[in-house]
Amino acid sequence: MSYVLNTPEDRRAMLAAVGVSSIEELFEKILASLRLNRPLHAPEAMSEMELTAELQRLSEYNRPAGDAVCFLGGGAYDHFIPAVVDAVAGRSEYYTAYTPYQAEASQGSLQAFFEFQTLICQLTGLDVANASLYEGGSAVAEAVLMALNVHPKRHKVLIAESLHPEYRQTLATYLANLDLQLQTLPTPDGFLDPDAVKRAADDRTLCVVAQHPNFFGCLEEPEALAKVVHEAGALFIVSFDPISLGLLKRPGQYGADIAIAEGQCLGNPMSYGGPYLGLLACREEFVRKMPGRLVGQTVDRRGKRCWVLTLQTREQHIRREKATSNICTNQGLMALKATVYLAALGPQGLRETAELCVRKAHYAAERLTQVPGVRLRFDRPFFKEFTLQVEDSVPSLLADSLERGYHAGLHLGRWYPSLDSCLSIAVTEKRTRAEIDGLASALEDRHKGEANGIPTPSIRGGRVRQDNRG
Amino acid sequence: MDKRQSTELLFELSHPGRRAHRLPVCDVPVENTLPASALAEEPPPLPEVGEIDLIRHFVNLSTRNMAIDTNFYPLGSCTMKYNPKRHERLASHPGLADLHPLQSDDSCQGMLAILWEMQNLLAEIAGLDGVSLQPAAGAQGELTALLVAAAYYRNKGEKRSRVLIPDSAHGTNPASAALAGFDTVSVKSNARGLVDLDDLRSKLDDRAAVFMITNPNTLGLFDDQIATITDLLHQRGALVYLDGANMNAILGITRPGDFGADMMHYNVHKTFTGPHGGGGPGSGPIAVRKQLVPFLPTPLVVQTGERYALDFDRPKSIGRVRSFFGNVGILLRGWLYIRTLGPDGLREVSENAVLNANYLLSRLKNVFDVPHGDRCMHEFVASARALRRERKISAMDIGKRLLDFGYHAPTVYFPLVVPEAMMIEPTETESKETLDAFADALIRIRDEDADFLHNAPHDLALSRPDEVKAAKEPILRWRAD
Repeated sequence: MSYVLNTPEDRRAMLAAVGVSSIEELFEKILASLRLNRPLHAPEAMSEMELTAELQRLSEYNRPAGDAVCFLGGGAYDHFIPAVVDAVAGRSEYYTAYTPYQAEASQGSLQAFFEFQTLICQLTGLDVANASLYEGGSAVAEAVLMALNVHPKRHKVLIAESLHPEYRQTLATYLANLDLQLQTLPTPDGFLDPDAVKRAADDRTLCVVAQHPNFFGCLEEPEALAKVVHEAGALFIVSFDPISLGLLKRPGQYGADIAIAEGQCLGNPMSYGGPYLGLLACREEFVRKMPGRLVGQTVDRRGKRCWVLTLQTREQHIRREKATSNICTNQGLMALKATVYLAALGPQGLRETAELCVRKAHYAAERLTQVPGVRLRFDRPFFKEFTLQVEDSVPSLLADSLERGYHAGLHLGRWYPSLDSCLSIAVTEKRTRAEIDGLASALEDRHKGEANGIPTPSIRGGRVRQDNRG
Repeated sequence: MDKRQSTELLFELSHPGRRAHRLPVCDVPVENTLPASALAEEPPPLPEVGEIDLIRHFVNLSTRNMAIDTNFYPLGSCTMKYNPKRHERLASHPGLADLHPLQSDDSCQGMLAILWEMQNLLAEIAGLDGVSLQPAAGAQGELTALLVAAAYYRNKGEKRSRVLIPDSAHGTNPASAALAGFDTVSVKSNARGLVDLDDLRSKLDDRAAVFMITNPNTLGLFDDQIATITDLLHQRGALVYLDGANMNAILGITRPGDFGADMMHYNVHKTFTGPHGGGGPGSGPIAVRKQLVPFLPTPLVVQTGERYALDFDRPKSIGRVRSFFGNVGILLRGWLYIRTLGPDGLREVSENAVLNANYLLSRLKNVFDVPHGDRCMHEFVASARALRRERKISAMDIGKRLLDFGYHAPTVYFPLVVPEAMMIEPTETESKETLDAFADALIRIRDEDADFLHNAPHDLALSRPDEVKAAKEPILRWRAD
């Protein structure tokens, strides 16, 4: 089943028209010595029914968010996805279209991406946004490279240790062969101290990269940070949580020059890490240094308003090695989902979602710190994620919690040796009081040494119960 | 008058007080106590629309797209083949779509089993030894592989500063090379549209790190000098990179590793039919030869006994090029496709992709200039240069007029080595009838009046957007007046 339509008769007629006697002859430029003279080692073909059964079988070895309550965060979150998002993104006029190079045949995508750019500007309070990058980590790298385009003579990049560890690793990998100096600023108290930035930043400093709310869930002091960064003449790059902007000050309000984010939370499933989307917004003056596609408004030959891909002289297909970035394919469908999501929520819906996250996270923190031996690691305000310090081994606590039906949190020791006894817990608007109480009870039972109250799910017993995305 | 309702911009449809999503009442006895200094006075000024407006808006806008599901889409280099519906259903299975990227390996053994098998399948199809599924798209795959090459040479203590790239290459090749810290050197194409070996030899010295080749190349030609080319590079201690954009032509027929490539990327969204989504998402896994495997990004999926795990303990790794595992949703679709087709089906894909392209070429070779012969692989490049010279008709005019006939335009003005290029890739999922009708339309268009063509399309809601104005006075967002 290869979706090929040519029948043997078609093939004969087509070969005759080409003037060859066999399909083999069409490949004659490939020397026999270079041919693969055996079938590929791959499993035999499967019907749709068999494939569906196979996928079901394999999925039962997984424990998705609907099967164990998800308190995992760290850049990917179990937020609710309204049905309208999938209804729109499921239209194949969108998802089976290519990049909108032919404007006349792509106004649907182009208008949606123009709306996406506008929504991201409204969300961030910044002037311009592109039509998406891959995801949060490479968006940080693109933002730093963009800053380098703005300040080509500066070479020092300061990054907060409270920035997502995988974003920092991505940045280091991207910059490995470029003549830039990366310096990580420690955040022992769970936030980036503006005074430490002030001491580290000088006239060689290109940019400072922080995350607000940060990887530990804590709020940074973005206004104070912007001030000291700008005093050094450097650019302030912030990684933000789009949902948090229902409540928190926007990057444009506190002085960010470039704001980037992981946009998964805007209507995209967690999908084991991708596809997600990177957001990038900045001040107007940097527009020609931006990476990625931009959609602009114009008129057609009859004067009708329309949209096109624009400022393409920044891009690789025109500028080649001098392009602002190598990005070509972006995350268009995810940007469409984010557009529908933000439009469906509107200002009040976004604010209420953020409020629910804050209140439930704080309830969870209150409730979980009542468990003996559990305390908050940082004395800082937090948004929807917080860091707990526990007395017993975090990996064993997490494994035990999973047996009891909870993806309880992330072991921070994985990235921060000094936080080996800590876990971070994310609470979205989807979590209920009963689920939070349930996690607290599970930890209490564990503390008391009680056996878990529910049958232990075997690794095979993935019990996929329902589509919890609603 | 536009009979499609609610197609103004979302912001123009906005009406204070409307919304399309309501949240549950808060069920916890805790108030929001965040410090006032951190809070915005108002939420972001997003539009306020009701659900029916929202749906009409996006459904009506969708009808303004051409897509594979509505129209033949022979966009060269993009492999616009049919996207099977079973992939959409299965990849959104909650047992896969609702997995968190950082959950424990033990709690996602099914997912890891699929990804492990995908690594192996892509290694087998490439004829190479190790695979990273991490890169998010082809361009990121290129960058990743070049970073791997840089780390490989650094580890060997060799300083190699140059990446050689044919002038017919995709623009991402030189852009990725520059980003990876290399100087780029352009290698000419010869009269046959293949790598000019003399030019390659003259530019090849001990500074060469990597030669990036697209084979079949962007002209739709398999470079029959490939064995000589890879030998030349290897003799100089350099690596050969294959841009895998055109893998749809050679599945199961020849393998990059077998013709001497040391590294390559796949475009899973092309060859293995991940839907293009209006510009993404893609997925750009890379495959590499044995000596490069230690430098691949972390993590890789490994199997120990019956258990699968993510291996982060890879001391020579370049690190990572993105957060989390990769564009898993697209990788899943690729895996579903390979499992649907099996080994014979994969080969059938390439045989028919090449047959369809050659058939279409046979119908058009006497209609337009075809500078590089009357045989091709999965795509070919025709040129409107004679029409341009004689009647001032450009490749763009032809592309725009095709829209009136219900066909998406070919890729135009690429590759750069052919003037007035029209790059046509029909793919294997189209029928002979579709190809015939498309050829008939092109033949008719060729004979149409030049002025009429300059103003095409005529039958669409829109015609010839002013791109100069868009770039000169950029309006990149809606603003309230």
